[in-house]
Amino acid sequence: MDVSQYLEIFLDESSEHLQTLSDCIMSLEKEPENKDTINEVFRAAHSLKGMAGTMGFKRMQHLTHDMENVFQEVRSDHIKVDSNMIDLLFECLDALDAYLENIKASSDEGTEDNELIIKELNDFIAKANGEQPAEETKPEPEKTEVKEESAEKKVEQFELTDAEINSVKEALDGGQHVYAVKVTIQKDCLLKAARAFLVFKAVEEFGQILVYRPSSQDIEDEKFELEFSFYIATNESADKLVAAAKNVSEIEDAVAEPVDLTQSQPEPEKEEKKEEKTDSPAPEAKKAPEPKKAPAAGKKTTTAKPVTNRTVRVDIEKLDALMNQVSELIIAKNSLVSISGNEGDSTNSQSFQEQIEYLERITTNLHESVMKVRMVPIESVVSKFPRMIRDLSRTLNKKMELIMTGEDTELDRTVVDQIGDPLQHLLRNSADHGLEDNETRIQRGKPEVGSIYLNAYQEGNNVIIQVGDDGNGIDTEAVKNKAVERGIVTPEQAEVMTQKEIVNLLFLPSFSMAKKITDISGRGVGLDVVKSNIEALGGDVEVATKLGEGTTFTVRLPLTLAIIQALMVEIRDEKYAIALGSISNIEDIPVADIKYIQAEEVIHLRGNVIPLIRLDKVLDIEPREEEPESLTVVIVKRGDSQAGLVVDNLIGQQEIVIKSLGKYINGNKLISGATILGDGEVALILDVNTLM
Amino acid sequence: MAEKKVENAELETKQYIVVSIGNEQYGIDIGYVDNIVRMQKITRVPKAQPYFKGIINLRGEIVPVMSIRRKMGLEDDVITNASRIIILKIEEKGSLGIIVDEVKEVVTLATDEIDKSATSSKNVKDNFINGIGKTGDSLVSLFEISAIVDEKENA
Repeated sequence: MDVSQYLEIFLDESSEHLQTLSDCIMSLEKEPENKDTINEVFRAAHSLKGMAGTMGFKRMQHLTHDMENVFQEVRSDHIKVDSNMIDLLFECLDALDAYLENIKASSDEGTEDNELIIKELNDFIAKANGEQPAEETKPEPEKTEVKEESAEKKVEQFELTDAEINSVKEALDGGQHVYAVKVTIQKDCLLKAARAFLVFKAVEEFGQILVYRPSSQDIEDEKFELEFSFYIATNESADKLVAAAKNVSEIEDAVAEPVDLTQSQPEPEKEEKKEEKTDSPAPEAKKAPEPKKAPAAGKKTTTAKPVTNRTVRVDIEKLDALMNQVSELIIAKNSLVSISGNEGDSTNSQSFQEQIEYLERITTNLHESVMKVRMVPIESVVSKFPRMIRDLSRTLNKKMELIMTGEDTELDRTVVDQIGDPLQHLLRNSADHGLEDNETRIQRGKPEVGSIYLNAYQEGNNVIIQVGDDGNGIDTEAVKNKAVERGIVTPEQAEVMTQKEIVNLLFLPSFSMAKKITDISGRGVGLDVVKSNIEALGGDVEVATKLGEGTTFTVRLPLTLAIIQALMVEIRDEKYAIALGSISNIEDIPVADIKYIQAEEVIHLRGNVIPLIRLDKVLDIEPREEEPESLTVVIVKRGDSQAGLVVDNLIGQQEIVIKSLGKYINGNKLISGATILGDGEVALILDVNTLM
Repeated sequence: MAEKKVENAELETKQYIVVSIGNEQYGIDIGYVDNIVRMQKITRVPKAQPYFKGIINLRGEIVPVMSIRRKMGLEDDVITNASRIIILKIEEKGSLGIIVDEVKEVVTLATDEIDKSATSSKNVKDNFINGIGKTGDSLVSLFEISAIVDEKENA
């Protein structure tokens, strides 16, 4: 058998455990005495060790083992948590992270032994042991607990086929021990077969499995409840087997006892299965050193995992396929709707209409459900930020704290996967450029500890993520001077620029305001990358700043990428879709009302001056032979700015499925995609952001 | 796994779809051809490369359609009843449609029926040709698909 198929699970779970460790160590730094947190840390480290061991990643196992030892000392009050230790633990986490990255990339943990970290870890333990007796004796009381627990469990000895009896006999004759092992999996375990496999893999290091109950095929197909058993021939003790089996995560319990052929053999016809108590294990087992196992067992009893939601891990590709099919369904539904709209005869159209409406409701609900399945909380991305800010606080030598709200805000999986880097960049920006150093803050009468915040919330069809700080704000004068200096704008242009326009200069490629290049930011690849990343996701980013008071970046992201509500418009004989989310209103404007500012057409609407965009001109459509008396203008907005798009006709609102134009047609920023209409025709989707 | 090298004489021949563009005949390696569809409404894409006619809906998929005439620097397409769109399947870039005046036939050419050297480098459209196939008494220019897919333009 091959472990590679379980690599995914391993990677997923390991990163979860690492995240738990990181979170807990963070909170441990704040309250070093919290027993619950210490236990949590211990548990996570222990599971990590077990998993790494099972998968054969020895270096990773070694490191986690020593880490676990430190936690063990903390747990038994031998050492106190101090900041040195926290730093060291974070180093460990980084090292473990590096192992995971290696494994992800090459299925191999790499060759870095991290001896230095291990040595430091051991120094901690040595220090503790200098004051206290060796730990080995410590967990003794727990041992009895294990005994009691296993005493209740009985391993059923089951019917054997002749061939199986022979193999058992052979093993016994060969001087090996044969144990019957019964393993119980936790109730909420999702991948029972995988767990069973990991157990087999673990115990096969000690010997050979002779008999599977249920059969190995059934186990592989998950045709079993929470228990499975096997016979194993080994030279090792039963306790080692049990310990190995229990080391696999989500294993509730494992019990082993020697197989007694003489008892089960004489009456093989009898259905009644032999039962034996485990409190009389093989003599070797009694001698086997047990303290090592005790903490593991102790852990199992105290675990009581937080009640997890019942979930299924699904490959994102399968979800994409599902989404595509729902899209097809919506297209088909739209074409039915358009047919029913055309059909004039009223005889059976009443019920036809009703069915169509019914179908429409179902497809809309189906679409919503699929969307919800694809939604994940942004927590998975932002949870690493507190740690990052902590590290930044050290390297920059500024006191700061991160306040996050709305971590449970949900976004489409594909968006969440890509939003991490831009957010990280904005946070680093705030930490490095935004916040003043401690002395300056005190002088200015601000709290010494700078605050950086990240707020996420949903607003209509968008999710807003604000990243800000209470630091110095952006010095627009300085930005202006820099822009002039760099020749980006002329001094004359600079004079008439609004605050907002100046701030937007920061999003230009290679425009860095950092006075000195630091490790954190200021290499000139910065906000422009943030902006383009966010725009690639169909979102946008804005800045609000006040000198001396702070800066806030507002990132606006669409909830979904694949299907949107759009307004269909017509320009001559071409049809275009405009995302409903970016439309603020629609106006009929008499041509006489058009004014000119700097030779550009504008309209004056309820106190706002809005530039007009002639779509036919922008899209290279033949001009109209004669101008009508009034224009249909779709007012679109992007952040605070507005523009009026001149169209010929409005067709109506429609749910459209966004399709890519493919890789051949390029240089086309105006069109963000295409969609297939009910009659099979193709319409293009206008990207309002690039029009403005 | 190693026994995949079952080579035979069949590999010596290749099938081509013969199409006419203007008054010349061209051959397209059948391995690239996914489908041949009738002319349909092509949605123009503003600001696209000039040799792209636009996009069509091919059973729910968006497929860009190229005018091979424009790409080769010939006069513009004249769409008739015989015009077809040949859908090519290109591994790394997805499907692509090209417009031809007419689809004639499928021919099987052996390697000795293909003249690789006959292309004169004077003519720009020869960049798109990788050989001349001789079938009966007519000649067929064989398209180099990668050149068609390529960004370069000879208009």
